[in-house]
Amino acid sequence: MTKLLEWLFGVSLVGAVWALVSFDLLDLSLPQTYREVAWPMPLYLLVSFGCYSLATVGYRVATFNDCEEAAKELQGQIKEAKEDLRRRGLKM
Amino acid sequence: MASRKTSHPNRDSEDKYSILLPTYNERENLPLIVWLLVKYFGESGYNYEIIVIDDGSPDGTLEVAEQLQKIYGEDKILLRPRAKKLGLGTAYIHGMKHATGNFIFIMDADLSHHPKFIPEFIEKQKEGNYDLVSGTRYQGSGGVYGWDLRRKLISRGANFLSQVLLRPGASDLTGSFRLYKKAVLDSLVERCVSKGYVFQMEMIVRARQLNYTIGEVPISFVDRVYGESKLGGNEIVSFVKGLITLFATT
Ligand SMILES: Nc1nc2c(ncn2[C@@H]2O[C@H](COP(=O)(O)OP(=O)(O)O)[C@@H](O)[C@H]2O)c(=O)[nH]1
Ligand SMILES: [Mg+2]
Repeated sequence: MTKLLEWLFGVSLVGAVWALVSFDLLDLSLPQTYREVAWPMPLYLLVSFGCYSLATVGYRVATFNDCEEAAKELQGQIKEAKEDLRRRGLKM
Repeated sequence: MASRKTSHPNRDSEDKYSILLPTYNERENLPLIVWLLVKYFGESGYNYEIIVIDDGSPDGTLEVAEQLQKIYGEDKILLRPRAKKLGLGTAYIHGMKHATGNFIFIMDADLSHHPKFIPEFIEKQKEGNYDLVSGTRYQGSGGVYGWDLRRKLISRGANFLSQVLLRPGASDLTGSFRLYKKAVLDSLVERCVSKGYVFQMEMIVRARQLNYTIGEVPISFVDRVYGESKLGGNEIVSFVKGLITLFATT
């Protein structure tokens, strides 16, 4: 199953459950509160997922390591390498 | 750790590591990356060979490679040039045909991937007998150097999106510093159809699909000092296209 199909499957499953409860399609005579809670659920889910995404990406951008040390080490090694290679007769 | 101090701790190992270095206009970088590879392989004692796949670089990368071959020996530096620029994906395939190692390293020749991480890749691979070990900029001590806020944001955003959509089981999809078992790389390359940038993404997504095991090693990615990036440009467009393709086909 491709990821696309997995997603379609998941979304339709959730959608079906949501419709069943919100519109009481099976005439289960669910309490009114169930229907009231279920009805705006998709919007809540969407908004909370959006917030979660923004927060996660924001946090990860803020904590993205800046590898100053690595850059400095590399600069040093480049010098060392150039000297050594020149000694070994490399013409750059 | 103590064993590291002895001169050639891993010399008796049966394993051999072939490093594929695709180059296009890397005259300045190639000697440096080779020097670093020789240094770290020399210190850790693993058996290795470096395969340079140059695509007819007009800047004379191949001449420099020939000089390096004289310095370090034909058993250590192998040249597998091609006449013209045919792209990164086919460069790997071309290089692999000539690899004699049972493990293959893929890395960029522009010094953004530092050979100091190679012993960590190898240890990680042995630790879990992983089929593939992928370098990651996004976890642990991994990171980047020379990136502004905008680039970090795009990178993290794109990464988050692909994690959500593809759930690939690896944190760095677009990184290209990886260690593969030879047979695993063979079978992956056979299946991967993407070009350029998306190739790396497809490789790891297919690996997960085929139930290969993946280990990760945090790496620091330092933007190239010499020369310029050949991909660049419409990177975002090709990323989105690749993401959608992989989403629909894997
Ligand atoms: N043989 C070969 N190497 C290439 C080609 N395009 C890029 N490369 C090499 O692939 C590596 C990564 O390329 P780079 O331009 O740094 O890509 P970036 O890091 O994604 O910006 C470098 O070592 C390049 O020299 C190509 O068409 N053929
Ligand atoms: Mg690069």
